[in-house]
Amino acid sequence: MKIYDGRKIIPGILIAAVIFSFPFWLNFGKAAVPPKPKLPKEVKNCVEPTPFMRTSHMELLNKWRNLVVRENFRIFAAPDGKDYAMSLQNGCLKCHASKAEFCDQCHKYLDVKPYCWDCHLAPKENK
Amino acid sequence: MEKSRRDFLKIGGISALGLTALPAFKVLAGKKQPVYKLSDKALKGKRWAMVVDMKKCWEKQEKGVCKDCFVACHSIHNVPQIDNPKREIKWIWTEPYENAFPNLEYEYTAEVLKDKPFIVLCNHCSKPPCVRVCPTQATFQRKDGIVMMDFHRCIGCRYCMAACPYGSRSFNWGDPRPYIKKENMAFPTRTKGVVEKCNFCAERLAVGLKPACVEACKAKALVFGDLGDPNSEVSKLLKSNYTIRRKNDLGTHPNIYYII
Ligand code: HEC
Ligand code: HEC
Ligand code: HEC
Repeated sequence: MKIYDGRKIIPGILIAAVIFSFPFWLNFGKAAVPPKPKLPKEVKNCVEPTPFMRTSHMELLNKWRNLVVRENFRIFAAPDGKDYAMSLQNGCLKCHASKAEFCDQCHKYLDVKPYCWDCHLAPKENK
Repeated sequence: MEKSRRDFLKIGGISALGLTALPAFKVLAGKKQPVYKLSDKALKGKRWAMVVDMKKCWEKQEKGVCKDCFVACHSIHNVPQIDNPKREIKWIWTEPYENAFPNLEYEYTAEVLKDKPFIVLCNHCSKPPCVRVCPTQATFQRKDGIVMMDFHRCIGCRYCMAACPYGSRSFNWGDPRPYIKKENMAFPTRTKGVVEKCNFCAERLAVGLKPACVEACKAKALVFGDLGDPNSEVSKLLKSNYTIRRKNDLGTHPNIYYII
């Protein structure tokens, strides 16, 4: 088989292949490390079971902020009998003391940037 | 096995009863449901109000400038201190008599009132125009009368600022954080593009504390309480004193009263 202008076409295809796969090569070897959020040591349980928290903490936070600001409920009496402050700064961050080592670990990996921190304050180390 | 029709009906009846009891049984036997509540210490009221005794305040001012109430409020709530009057943010501040009560001011205003500074803040009106105009219900009225802002819903349209006849609201034209000297880590800041104002210390009432300005006032010029309770200090003060409200004639029914 003869390809007309093969001397131009074949390198062309090769160059195109390299360009298209460039994003892949760029990340090659830098296999994304799964996030390792640092868990609190002093306590064993979160406000809800861990699997629920892992998948649904954003929904819980959304629900909580409505309940706090609009309905004036501020304490969550968990089924395990404990009372928790329904608060980001005075709740979550009291146990998960480091935003950088906890929340950000997952969120960086996922590239989500919750805008909550525009207003809610996290301890200063997180810059 | 023979069954009479009577037996069949009996068993059917009992089974039906069992089915109706099932949900009740589930609740009784099932896991405890999570509940949301408010601290037992929380201050509860039907209609929160404040009486400001300006005479007490001025007496104190004569001995030296006092800004205790502003400082307490603004530091607790992370209110930025921006000196440019076009961009400043304020929850509680002073206005001269003529500006605070333009409808009461006339040629022969008494000397004791002329140019006198009045402490002003959100009036937590019973008929709040800001609530009516807010397109997202970010500003709403609580059952206890507090005109609250849900910052999560504020889209920065500033209709509320146009509607408020008291200038009680400020807009964040830029990021407020560089202007906050010392952040209170227990309360959020605000961000560029949202409106803000006094919240009557909703977060403090919820844990049984009076508003920060009231607590900070050494002259006891600020009195906070429930007008729904005829025996509260505010109710008694209103019964025994002549008081004025800002722009009473507009029909917004302010809940901040002034003794002059
Ligand atoms: C009383 C302390 C405490 C509070 C308050 C708390 N957490 Fe937790 N949280 C924990 C502990 C302990 C774990 C780990 C549980 C485990 O090992 O299974 C955890 C786990 C989690 C996880 C799952 C982490 C993973 O590795 O999968 C998420 C997400 C989370 N919390 C988010 C939150 C959020 C959001 C809030 C605020 C609404 C909050 N937590 C409040 C103690 C707390
Ligand atoms: C175990 C990993 C993990 C941890 C730890 C974690 N998150 Fe998340 N977060 C997620 C995932 C997954 C999402 C969903 C991302 C999506 O929807 O694309 C998310 C989303 C969110 C969102 C919604 C963001 C958006 O833009 O929709 C908020 C708010 C949030 N997280 C708050 C927190 C806070 C606060 C903490 C720390 C107390 C925290 N998260 C810790 C995994 C985590
Ligand atoms: C425009 C500023 C702003 C932004 C952005 C914001 N918040 Fe808030 N949030 C506030 C303010 C102000 C309060 C009222 C605090 C109070 O009354 O104690 C609050 C209250 C809350 C509360 C209940 C009380 C507390 O202390 O935490 C929760 C939960 C909450 N916000 C979650 C969130 C989450 C989750 C996000 C992001 C998805 C977010 N907020 C974004 C300003 C903001």
